[in-house]
Amino acid sequence: MPAGTLYRGREGMWSWVAHRVTGVLIFFFLFVHVLDTALVRVSPEAYDEVVATYKTPIVALLEYGLVAAILFHALNGLRVIAVDFWSKGPRYQKQMLWTVVGIWVVLMAGSLYPVLGHAARELFGS
Amino acid sequence: MSSDTTSATIGPVEGAQYDADNPAPYIEAPRKRTGKTPRATRGNFEMAAWLFMRLSGVVLVVLVLGHLLIQLFLDGGVSKIGFAFVAGRWASPFWQVWDLLMLWLAMLHGANGLRTVINDYAERANTRLWLKGLLYTATVFTILLGTLVIFTFDPNIR
Repeated sequence: MPAGTLYRGREGMWSWVAHRVTGVLIFFFLFVHVLDTALVRVSPEAYDEVVATYKTPIVALLEYGLVAAILFHALNGLRVIAVDFWSKGPRYQKQMLWTVVGIWVVLMAGSLYPVLGHAARELFGS
Repeated sequence: MSSDTTSATIGPVEGAQYDADNPAPYIEAPRKRTGKTPRATRGNFEMAAWLFMRLSGVVLVVLVLGHLLIQLFLDGGVSKIGFAFVAGRWASPFWQVWDLLMLWLAMLHGANGLRTVINDYAERANTRLWLKGLLYTATVFTILLGTLVIFTFDPNIR
């Protein structure tokens, strides 16, 4: 491993890494998403055809991943704001990260059925 | 004997209790502003960008999570989305403004984030120039395209 790729490690560094990775992934999806939405100016058929791919089980799994990335980026972003603007933020950054992770896990469990339910019905019937 | 010498040369400052939370002695900032520092050294663009990330971030949490809730969670999730659904939502100026604001803030927030990433990892000046040129071109194109689509949307296109 080249020198300097690991900073102090632990919660501070890894949350920063995860914030970057999720941010870049969301930004790339945003490009695709504006382009697919622009098809409403071409024709209703062209738009509906592309949106049909968003309803397939494999893409549904990607949508669950998108929700995961956005939820982490949103919650951790609020934590970053707290670290920057709340006087006790830096002292509690670790506790706040584990709070973020806890809320994220709960919300991701709650998202399972709403986001993946239609794919499950298609795969397993009824 | 040798271990005694080592601890003696480190002295009391290094002997302070350091751990993961308090890892190093305090060092004064190398470019601290003094009376001799010119009033404006480099402009405030980076500070404005830093502030924009936090302000747009708070607004985006509301806009994007609301968008996700409507598109992927409520009322059958993704399976209800289609041209008719889009036409129904953009019939209301409220959702047009919502989507327009979300488009602009998310694109600028993401573009500034990627600008930071490029600055961090592209080591050659030429690489940075080209990557950022590509980034700004794609960003301007996408913002303009999305804005045009929202403003010129026609539910009776066919």
